[in-house]
Amino acid sequence: MKEVKKSIPKVDGVGLLMGKPAYTNDLAPQDALIVKILRSPHPFAKIISINTDEALSIEGVECILTHKDFPKKIFTRAGQGYPEPSPYDKFVLDEYVRYVGDEVAAVAAINEEVAEKALKKIKVEYELFEPVLDFKKAKDSKIIHFEKEAHSMFEIGFNPERNIAASYNMNVGNVEEELKKCDVVVESKYYTQPQAHVMLEPMVATSFIDYMGRLNVITATQVPFHIRRILSNVLNLSINKIRVIKPRIGGGFGGKQAIHGEPYVAMVTLKTGKPAKIIYTRKEVFEATYSRHEMEFNIKIGADKDGLIKAIDVDVLSNTGAYGEHALTVFMVAGSKTLPLYNKVNAVRFGGDVVYTNLTPAGAYRGYGAIQGNFALESVIDELAEKLKISPVEIRTKNMIKEGETSPIFKIMGEGREGVEMNIQSCKLDYCVKRGMELIKWNEKYPKKAYGNKIRSVGMAIAMQGSGIADIDMGSAILKLNDDGSFNLLVGATDLGTGSDTILSQIAAETLGVSTDKIIPYSSDTDLTPFDTGAYASSTTYVSGNSVRIAAENMKKMILEEGSKNLGTDKVHFNGEEIIRDDNKNKISLKQLSELLYYSMNQKQLVADGSYVGKKSPPPYMASFVEIELDTETGKVEVINFVSVVDCGTPINPNLAKVQVEGALVQGIGMTLYEDINFSNGKMRNNTLMTYRIPDRRDVKKLTVEFAESYEPSGPYGAKSVGEIGIDTPPAAIANAIFNATGVRIRSLPITPEKVFKAMEMKK
Amino acid sequence: MKINIKINNLNKTFNIDNYGISLLDLLRREGYKSVKKGCDTGTCGVCTVLLDGKPILSCSLLAIKANGHEVTTVEGVSEEAKIIAEYITAEGGDQCGFCGPGLVMAIMGLKNENLEINSESVKEYLAGNLCRCSGYEAQHRGIMKYLEVEK
Repeated sequence: MKEVKKSIPKVDGVGLLMGKPAYTNDLAPQDALIVKILRSPHPFAKIISINTDEALSIEGVECILTHKDFPKKIFTRAGQGYPEPSPYDKFVLDEYVRYVGDEVAAVAAINEEVAEKALKKIKVEYELFEPVLDFKKAKDSKIIHFEKEAHSMFEIGFNPERNIAASYNMNVGNVEEELKKCDVVVESKYYTQPQAHVMLEPMVATSFIDYMGRLNVITATQVPFHIRRILSNVLNLSINKIRVIKPRIGGGFGGKQAIHGEPYVAMVTLKTGKPAKIIYTRKEVFEATYSRHEMEFNIKIGADKDGLIKAIDVDVLSNTGAYGEHALTVFMVAGSKTLPLYNKVNAVRFGGDVVYTNLTPAGAYRGYGAIQGNFALESVIDELAEKLKISPVEIRTKNMIKEGETSPIFKIMGEGREGVEMNIQSCKLDYCVKRGMELIKWNEKYPKKAYGNKIRSVGMAIAMQGSGIADIDMGSAILKLNDDGSFNLLVGATDLGTGSDTILSQIAAETLGVSTDKIIPYSSDTDLTPFDTGAYASSTTYVSGNSVRIAAENMKKMILEEGSKNLGTDKVHFNGEEIIRDDNKNKISLKQLSELLYYSMNQKQLVADGSYVGKKSPPPYMASFVEIELDTETGKVEVINFVSVVDCGTPINPNLAKVQVEGALVQGIGMTLYEDINFSNGKMRNNTLMTYRIPDRRDVKKLTVEFAESYEPSGPYGAKSVGEIGIDTPPAAIANAIFNATGVRIRSLPITPEKVFKAMEMKK
Repeated sequence: MKINIKINNLNKTFNIDNYGISLLDLLRREGYKSVKKGCDTGTCGVCTVLLDGKPILSCSLLAIKANGHEVTTVEGVSEEAKIIAEYITAEGGDQCGFCGPGLVMAIMGLKNENLEINSESVKEYLAGNLCRCSGYEAQHRGIMKYLEVEK
């Protein structure tokens, strides 16, 4: 392989670092009206009246939108495949507000100062309702969604009368019976908190009407094609009147897998005929977009005395906040991307509810259920090992999934519906564990060493994810040969910083046999690029990558065919530069051939396409080992070294794959140790980067990331995904290390010094 | 009021009617699109520019306070910025790139100071430039190579 498995720099990297205009706000029309949203100060209320007269009279205010200005079309903000497995429970603007930050009205003015002045002059009268703020008491309490239009597109357990956005239950075998037969059973309760994405570019969108009278929307989104479809619904405008362009995006992590400001700018543009722009403040990003689903796990696990796990029983409660974006899918992933790790069990049960509360909605966020489920399962596995008096490594090695094996859960649980059966053709988890032990020096360090008031200890966890959603996620690509022998690669896939434009170019180059600099990628413009479901569910390299490979194979056939015509024989080959007769008697360069094709002979444009939908979703696997230093006087935990060995099949670009893992690990470490969204009476207390701290570069002592030699036959050049898996292991690995250091088990995130210290005191 | 700022070695005069406008908003208004806005509270570092050679957060300085001073954005140092960018992208540390221009300016500020360069001092100096994509390590590898080779 010449072009894949090669760490070439990102095609856009240098330009972005040099500050070239590339993001939505850089490209927005200079004269765009500034759109600002008036947001609810109350967690739950009915809007009795909105008086906009005074605000409208301010010079420079162009228009004000309230719930009367939008078609009464119910929808979901979630940017998922259609029909979406999320309930339709929201209007763009509604007469009810369901959380602090919910939209009340939108102002468009000539500049920010005028827009803000106008916001203050809008008079709203509310009838206040008692809010539902505790997700553990939400079920069967005051009903949050009573609107008659609310519905689900298909059966997802949507039951608004009981405050349930979705529910799900599955079982294999008889869990009760199997648990009874077990020699050892552990039962525990785990809690994971809401986490904020903190992508550095806030949500931003701009719109204008072009010279053809069509609505153009430029937006920082992971899902341009879903945005076009959703806009068409909520604006009552046909899809062919809308063009959505995705420029560079300043990070997403799932936070931009939904519709946010797009309907407001679009409606302002439709009403005024003028360009409009919305940029969320950081406070709005925190309060009024969404965060990770908060979850509580009641988990029971049983094994025989030899340490063979026989049954796992997981009951989950998830908090979706005021609206049900990704309610069911995140919930299901908490099981489907964790339970198959231990595939030798006789019985598994997984189920529970996703409830509504009057809090900031939860939505898609990297790791999406898997990180929550992984914390519970991989902690309880250590609890079981402790009870059995065997090591955490031994219990996993005995029970974990191996290459060539399967799990019944793959077929039963997909995302939002049934899954697909699959045999695991690539799984180097055993190598990952072995290599991780070497890298952290497990045998020397396990379980701990004390140095005065400091303890150094190690802990571990394993993880799996998926590669796109089987039978749903679709990618497509177009390759066009230029008259100098270079190629335009048009993909609907959305590079949000991951480097997918580069990786997809490498795949095209490898297939064609040309160098990557001959490929000019262009991604995500609903007018110009072919369809793609978008950048989520760790799908781009696997799903879109396969579509690029297919398009490139088709292009290669065309080149050989045209070359054959020119050289007068079918027996030709292409070496990346020239098409050569197999008998070596004559040849023509690709550049010469394309010149002939376009200017003089057999004139014909060569365009090839490829589409792909994953028939399965091969999981990447990883084993993580952490070394921590714990201060027994304060309870403070410092991560000294985090070692991850990852099986993502072939890393198409090892550097970019490695950074995907490193970045995800640091996000996971942040969630484990301190990131936490707090509410007080329904209002988010830490809604700025001053009060919500993410890791900075001083927090990263050492990360060690390696890849296993692995090859996934169904992936492009053996690749699986790597976007999400890195975030999954830090919570359990660190919690396990804390237990190994102190004998104290922390079962709720984040693991603050206070929690560790208190637990140690209790133990004394 | 009229203010004079030397931006990227060119003397510029601006009419300021909104005295509350930040240097960040002024720079973006005047077309210096490299300067990004990320947090509204002076905590993310993506708006970093040099004021008289030292890195500052342009969101936290009133434009009028820059009157009579020299401001450098990444557009003004593109040759050096390209070199830094190449070191960082060689390690894969660029990712979404939104923090990039601010980070590049902070690195240039670091180079202007007579600090002892080691892993800790560099992390400390650049601590205010947040990145959510890279996990910092790849950036750090690139930055250390640049500083060691270019010092």
